[in-house]
Amino acid sequence: MADDSVIRSPVPGVFYRRPDPGSPPFVEEGDEVEPGTVVGLVEVMKQFHELRSESSGRVRGFTVDNEDVVNAGDTVVELDGAG
Amino acid sequence: MTLEILQPGLQTTVQDEGRLGLYAGGMPPSGAMDKASYRMGNLLVGNPDGLASLEITYLGPEIAFRDDAVIAVTGAQMTPKVNGEPIANWRSHAVRADDVLSFGFIESGARAYLAVAGGIDVPPYDGSRSTYTLCGLGGFEGRALQAGDVVPVGTGVDGRAGLDVPVDLQPDLGGDTELRVVVGLASYRLQPESLETFLTADWTVTPDANRVGYRFRGAELHFVEREQPAGAGSDPANVVDFGYPIGSIQIPGGVEPIALLADAVTGGGYATIATIISTDLDRIGQSKTNDHVRFREVTLEDALEARHQARARLDRVRALLTDSQEHAIG
Repeated sequence: MADDSVIRSPVPGVFYRRPDPGSPPFVEEGDEVEPGTVVGLVEVMKQFHELRSESSGRVRGFTVDNEDVVNAGDTVVELDGAG
Repeated sequence: MTLEILQPGLQTTVQDEGRLGLYAGGMPPSGAMDKASYRMGNLLVGNPDGLASLEITYLGPEIAFRDDAVIAVTGAQMTPKVNGEPIANWRSHAVRADDVLSFGFIESGARAYLAVAGGIDVPPYDGSRSTYTLCGLGGFEGRALQAGDVVPVGTGVDGRAGLDVPVDLQPDLGGDTELRVVVGLASYRLQPESLETFLTADWTVTPDANRVGYRFRGAELHFVEREQPAGAGSDPANVVDFGYPIGSIQIPGGVEPIALLADAVTGGGYATIATIISTDLDRIGQSKTNDHVRFREVTLEDALEARHQARARLDRVRALLTDSQEHAIG
């Protein structure tokens, strides 16, 4: 179940890297994250669900692009040195 | 008795059989999207029919019980856990004061139901505890639950732990599914080959899919050209206003059909080309964004037979669980 090296979306919907079109992404490759760091949003049922890291680590990369549709349980971020 | 919402999940609302009999006045029924799973939850915990449960969509809440209680989780598979330990769904469990219920990722279906012996005891509005969030009425303050909410639970029902709904009596859980429809009332407005396309295309549930309606993507449909009658809008999909059956499907602009569900508007000016049969409203309630559905035409007789079978299945569950409860005294 819990895999510290990835961040998955618990809900299906449209994935966004930014809080709004005019803002920079929440995190970039190489950024450090901590438990609770917001890494993206998933829009479903006209609501935005914040995706948060559950562990500390460095963002190795995103496995989906901005505005891709994701399924519940899909990995969206891979982390290095997570723990 | 109470339970406290520590984390609300994505959309957790109080629902029951729905607010029936007010449709003509513009009040949709609301109520549990998957009635079979909701009803079986009540049967598992020994509740009389119609007591309210929590409907949990896509993402489970975290709930602390403030009193001992008997609970059951039915519907979507999202691994319920008590104090972090997985428990079986479709089964009644005793929980203790201060136990915490949480959930894993959703694996199948879209909506889980948490039944608690005694029922969720919010004040009824127009005869129902169902939440109608668009108008902010019913349920818990007319809205989805939030962290910190203390939710009342009724007393006077002694549920018993250890009862199951056998696998063969559990309802289908949506996913990629077939939805049976009765064609009409305004299907004559579609070009015949478009009606054929509607009934054969592979449709995908878009992210716009909630208690109000589900929007599908998959094919473009064309209406018969005509000079619109007085009172109808200019979109060929428009008609002069009429009532929308629950489960009816409209296609504004000929793209992306919308199925109207429990919290939908009760009438308007779009041609409804088919209506999902009542038993399969449960099934659409368990399909989610990205799932694939097909529509299959059935007759009204088929729809009534499907309803008869669904009732027979519920009656079997009722007989089984009532029997178990009566034999467990002592």
